Amino acid sequence: MNDFQPDPSWEALPLAAETRSLTHSVGIGRILDQGFGFLAVGAGISVLALAALLGWELYQGAEEAIRRYGMGFLVSSHWDPVAGRFGALPFLYGTFVSSAIALLLAFPLSVATALSLTEFAPVRLRRPVLALVDLMAAVPSVVWGLWAMFEMVPWLRQTAFPFLQRFFGWLPFFQGSIYGVSLLAGALVIAMMITPIVTSLAIEILQSVPLTLREAAWALGATRWEVMRVAVLPYVRSSLVGAGVLGLGRALGETMAVTMVIGNRPEIFLSLFAPGYTLASVLVNEFAEATSEEHLSALFEIGLTLVAVTFVVNSLARLLIRSVPFFFAPRPLRTESMETSG
Amino acid sequence: MSPLPSPSHSKPHSQKEASNEEGADFRHFWIRKVVDRFFQILSILAAIVVISPLLLVFVFLLSSGGSSLTWDFLTQLPKPVGETGGGMANAIVGSCILVAIATVIATPVGVLGGVCVCEYGDARLRAAIRFTADVLNGVPSIIWGIVVYSWVVLRMKTFSGLAGGLALSFIMIPLILRTTEDVIRLVPSAYREAGLALGLRRSQVILHIILATARRGVLTGVLLAAARVAGETAPLLFTAFGNRVWAAHLQEPMAALPLQIFTYAISPYPDWHRQAWAGALVLLGLVFFMSIVVRTLTRDRSR
Amino acid sequence: MSESASDPKRTVSSSAEGADPQRRSSAFQIEDLHVWFGNRAALHGISLNIPVHQVTGIIGPSGCGKSTFLRALNRMHEFIPGARVQGRIRLFGEDIYEASGDPILLRRRVGMVFQKSNPFPTMSIQENVLIGLRLAGTRNRDLLEERLEEALRMAALWSEVKDRLHAPGIELSGGQQQRLCIARALAVRPEVLLMDEPCSALDPIATAQIESLIRDLGQRYSIVLATHNLQEAGRTADCTAFFLEGRLIEFGSTKKLFTNPSQKQTEDYLTGRFT
Repeated sequence: MNDFQPDPSWEALPLAAETRSLTHSVGIGRILDQGFGFLAVGAGISVLALAALLGWELYQGAEEAIRRYGMGFLVSSHWDPVAGRFGALPFLYGTFVSSAIALLLAFPLSVATALSLTEFAPVRLRRPVLALVDLMAAVPSVVWGLWAMFEMVPWLRQTAFPFLQRFFGWLPFFQGSIYGVSLLAGALVIAMMITPIVTSLAIEILQSVPLTLREAAWALGATRWEVMRVAVLPYVRSSLVGAGVLGLGRALGETMAVTMVIGNRPEIFLSLFAPGYTLASVLVNEFAEATSEEHLSALFEIGLTLVAVTFVVNSLARLLIRSVPFFFAPRPLRTESMETSG
Repeated sequence: MSPLPSPSHSKPHSQKEASNEEGADFRHFWIRKVVDRFFQILSILAAIVVISPLLLVFVFLLSSGGSSLTWDFLTQLPKPVGETGGGMANAIVGSCILVAIATVIATPVGVLGGVCVCEYGDARLRAAIRFTADVLNGVPSIIWGIVVYSWVVLRMKTFSGLAGGLALSFIMIPLILRTTEDVIRLVPSAYREAGLALGLRRSQVILHIILATARRGVLTGVLLAAARVAGETAPLLFTAFGNRVWAAHLQEPMAALPLQIFTYAISPYPDWHRQAWAGALVLLGLVFFMSIVVRTLTRDRSR
Repeated sequence: MSESASDPKRTVSSSAEGADPQRRSSAFQIEDLHVWFGNRAALHGISLNIPVHQVTGIIGPSGCGKSTFLRALNRMHEFIPGARVQGRIRLFGEDIYEASGDPILLRRRVGMVFQKSNPFPTMSIQENVLIGLRLAGTRNRDLLEERLEEALRMAALWSEVKDRLHAPGIELSGGQQQRLCIARALAVRPEVLLMDEPCSALDPIATAQIESLIRDLGQRYSIVLATHNLQEAGRTADCTAFFLEGRLIEFGSTKKLFTNPSQKQTEDYLTGRFT
């Protein structure tokens, strides 16, 4: 590098200046360029069109049911296609209860796993475990359902549910006869399916906490748990909740695995051991077989309801996650709480 | 917490020195240690609980489905109801065809849509597209089955592989759009400026510089989306529908692996159950293979 | 210099450049150039002739509009939302903001080198140099090879990379990367080269190399060099313009401006009394 010399032979090279007009049109290149721009904007707009298509087709299909039942559709608990009575309450109930239980189970486990993988677990194990969590998220719904049908449900029927009933049978949730297929079985499968999603979101959120914050807490002599409790968790609380709500959004739309284990009975029981039904499952089971116009229309309205519910939940999740202070300036740590704990 | 080491301390650097009340602090220190250890163990236990179902599924499929995973299974058509034997060859091929159709439709639309959100259009259009893509990503997949059913199947008056591929592509488009957008945003604007200053047209800068720089990320996004829809059952129920023989062309009902697994699983025949397990093993292998390809791609990039 | 009163009713620029010796000696003729970002004016009526085949230094404190000025010369400001330009800029007599003009054609004649070296990461050294030509439609292999060597020689990089033309461009050292970027800009044979603080991210040795390169290139090219480093302008520029708060304070030969400035503000800035 020190023997740097401008190459002597370049003197012999031609001068650069060539007279070229600024307005000479390079026709084809310009047209192709504009064509590409139109294509890109068209592709973007096609996403809007896709949403419009979704809304339009669902609304079209559901129009008759909406006209006929109005709001009563959502609060009526009778679903009897043969008698021509359609009320969506059992499905709403089953969807929400199974998803809520799933989230109750999955959320703490997911956050704890995320903490473990970012903070507590031996560094050598983190990568492989993370890879397993990712693989878990890739397992198709129908595979979960298959396993749950043939392994989990029999185990629940023979072992877990009787055990629960023996010790907690005084609670209304654990009474009644045990079939195996049940709301609780559905909830368990959903929980298994949303944990990997919530976990990887939580890991991303935890990693977004600036290192300086952790270091500040470490420097004060905090233990790992204290670093988490004092420096990390308070800053990401609302985004973690957002990750949970996003998991809920997924749970509400889970279809195949739930259909295979929830029992598919359109009635409302307080007991979690009783069979249930969800919005998505009734579509799976009845859509292809719906013969009457009004049955089909009611199913479209079920679909519309499902879209509305997931839309609301997902929007809420996005608001919560967006509120994460991803890039805030380093600020002095509030040391009072450190000192009381240390 | 400024440490004032006093000469009476035997271990001047231990943690307790920081306080004046050494005895109490020493006890406190041990409590802190125990609490820390407790939460550590708890979180590691949680991690084990979380991944154990995956291992259970794997063991179950290997032990129950492994023996049914024969050459016949991979190469034969399903036997008529009541007869044992036969395989899922048409479903395996059908799944590949459906995913291929979906990828071919969704990749250009999704990638160009991502380009649009980053490079073209005014701010409001971009925000609208991004928001819509997020909303569509949250829509349960069965809804796409219904939408395509009433849009395509009712009009063509037949279930078809084409409709199935279309339904899958509708799931892929917003997924690919969002990942493309994310990786394009990671390309430093210095490259864009350098290209423009050279007198390249906007499309040339996008195609030859921006997308070339982000190509691995884009490919990852496409593969992830394909892996996701490869396992989808719900959108195919009312579109591809399933078929017990080979589909002669795309306007016929077409078999798909997840569909076949579902149908066999809820059937009353033990032989079909065994085939469902074997099919699930194949499907899981397929999906895992794609995920592993994606992981290696992203790992190379991070290096 | 600044008899600027721009005529609102301009005649279409004559294509007969070369007839007028005044025009022949200027690469850029800038008349009453204003640039706005939204409502904020970044340049207030700059009038300046950039001489041909010389290095013109633009100095001034950061935020004085050096970068904005350079970007107005090759219409790169158009990618900043809300940026507007008023006034007339002529490149060898042709109005670059003429409605029928294509900024793409302009940028092929006016190359640019940036503050931070930015070779395209997915391309080899050779591909980096030739990308501008290839995408402009040059297919002839012999011509491409000829231009590759020419550009790399002009950027004084040929001897260092001729044995590894297919290595990734980002494997080079910082100074080499910046010279690669210069070669990339030269390969399309521009007439003017805009350099936006090309040495500010480099170590002293690499800086010295680039500066000597700029001096050499200045004999063949019209170079506009924006820098906040006064020594750099003093070492490389033939004439220098001093910008302050979006206004052109003084323009003249570098020697005159540095030793005997006519404006008080220039003197204050050069002697460091300026804050």
